[in-house]
Amino acid sequence: MPAPTAHSLPRAIHWPATLDLAQSVSGLILALFMWFHMCFVSAILVSQDAAWIVARFFEGYFVFGRALPWLVSIFVAIISSLLAVHALLALRKFPADWAQYRAIAAHTHRMGHGDTLLWLVQVVTGFAMFFLAPVHLYTMMTRPELIGPFESADRVWSGFYWPLYLILLFMVEIHGGVGLYRLALKWGWLPAGDTRAGRRRLALVKWALTAFFLTLGLASLGAYIKLGQEHALQAGEPYVPTWLRVEPAQ
Amino acid sequence: MSRVLSISIFRHNPRDPASVPHMETHELAEAPGMTLFIALNRLRETVAPDLSFDFVCRAGVCGSCAMVINGRPGLACRTLTAALPEHISLHPLPGFALIADLSVDTGTWMRELAESLETWVHLAAEPDIDLLEAPMEPKLAEEIYELDRCIECGCCIAACGTAQMRPGFVGAVGLNKIARFRLDPADSRDDADYFELVGNDQGIFGCMSLMGCEDLCPKELPLQTQLAWLRRGMARQGLRGIFKKKDNE
Repeated sequence: MPAPTAHSLPRAIHWPATLDLAQSVSGLILALFMWFHMCFVSAILVSQDAAWIVARFFEGYFVFGRALPWLVSIFVAIISSLLAVHALLALRKFPADWAQYRAIAAHTHRMGHGDTLLWLVQVVTGFAMFFLAPVHLYTMMTRPELIGPFESADRVWSGFYWPLYLILLFMVEIHGGVGLYRLALKWGWLPAGDTRAGRRRLALVKWALTAFFLTLGLASLGAYIKLGQEHALQAGEPYVPTWLRVEPAQ
Repeated sequence: MSRVLSISIFRHNPRDPASVPHMETHELAEAPGMTLFIALNRLRETVAPDLSFDFVCRAGVCGSCAMVINGRPGLACRTLTAALPEHISLHPLPGFALIADLSVDTGTWMRELAESLETWVHLAAEPDIDLLEAPMEPKLAEEIYELDRCIECGCCIAACGTAQMRPGFVGAVGLNKIARFRLDPADSRDDADYFELVGNDQGIFGCMSLMGCEDLCPKELPLQTQLAWLRRGMARQGLRGIFKKKDNE
């Protein structure tokens, strides 16, 4: 009779580690991307030409000599997938039933503890983004060529996107800021050896950055709303940068 | 001028079928240097002889008198009434079986935790007691001792949103113990062993870094640092396990 063969079984399921890491990494990338994104959007505060340059830059205009909007579509698709992954992983942490909701709500109320409350803020802002972010992402993915000073302004004002963007701005900046703060605590990247001092400093930096990006975002959205109102009668007309404009024949 | 404290206490005896959970408020003249432990004893001596609460050491060493003080867990013996407003509310620690009033059974919970996480030194071999013990660097001994100061009072469990939502979560008390044995060179276990104990959502990956434990530990243990250190180690071990599919013994 042949001897029985044996092979060892894995000692432990390693997925929880990977899922936790993946949630952190996807959150880190998304939060950092949102800061860069806000900087690009704020180009409208510099000038309309600056906004046009930034928009065309991401379409490869300055590399290929012509705009390839599908490059933006691909990028948006990647960001959307990352968001989906992050949302799926974050769902593991959501309160799942009434008992859990009641436990965390009662606990948060009872404790009056800042970082616990901030976690509930993460849940609420994250949940809001399940619905708000896809609207924006779908528009960007399917109509990437409609990113530009007039194009965006028309979408914001004439397309009535400004209420969505206004809420999304707060949700994203608060969620991203709190998320990065929590990542630093979670993995132990504090800006000081002493936890208390490190946390204080980190919280200060976090609120300062959130305030900065909220201000930048509100100013940019305001600029687009103003431009959109001014451009409402010509809504749909694409922007042509000043140096490409053909002077009308006298 | 001394204040008159108004102390509202949760009262309920689950073994008495007639008992209904309710709050009972007593007034008490504050005395200099009064702790909640002293205040509770005075109430029991004067107006509430059947009031249940636990204490042993009166000095923040035994961890018996942990309770929820104005919404936050803490040790009654280490809480000066002078640090609290005139109205004080006291509840038993949530997350543990209620014995009566402010008394909860943390012992059974801690015992189960110790058994499931195997929180004792796993020696590689029986030590030869005729030989000198292997020396340890004083710095490392200090680090281990720092984590060994945990008194299992249960405050970190009561302060943890995750533990309150998910009763299977081992909490800072469990994770800190693993961190302590992971530091100890006398313990023969490696990260693969610790991963089996806490490399899951009931362990380190369930922690959502709400920092309740860090902020409310009466012994001020460095829990954030330990939890982050353990998370990094367990994440590394997790990745090792994924990339090395054949994790042979």
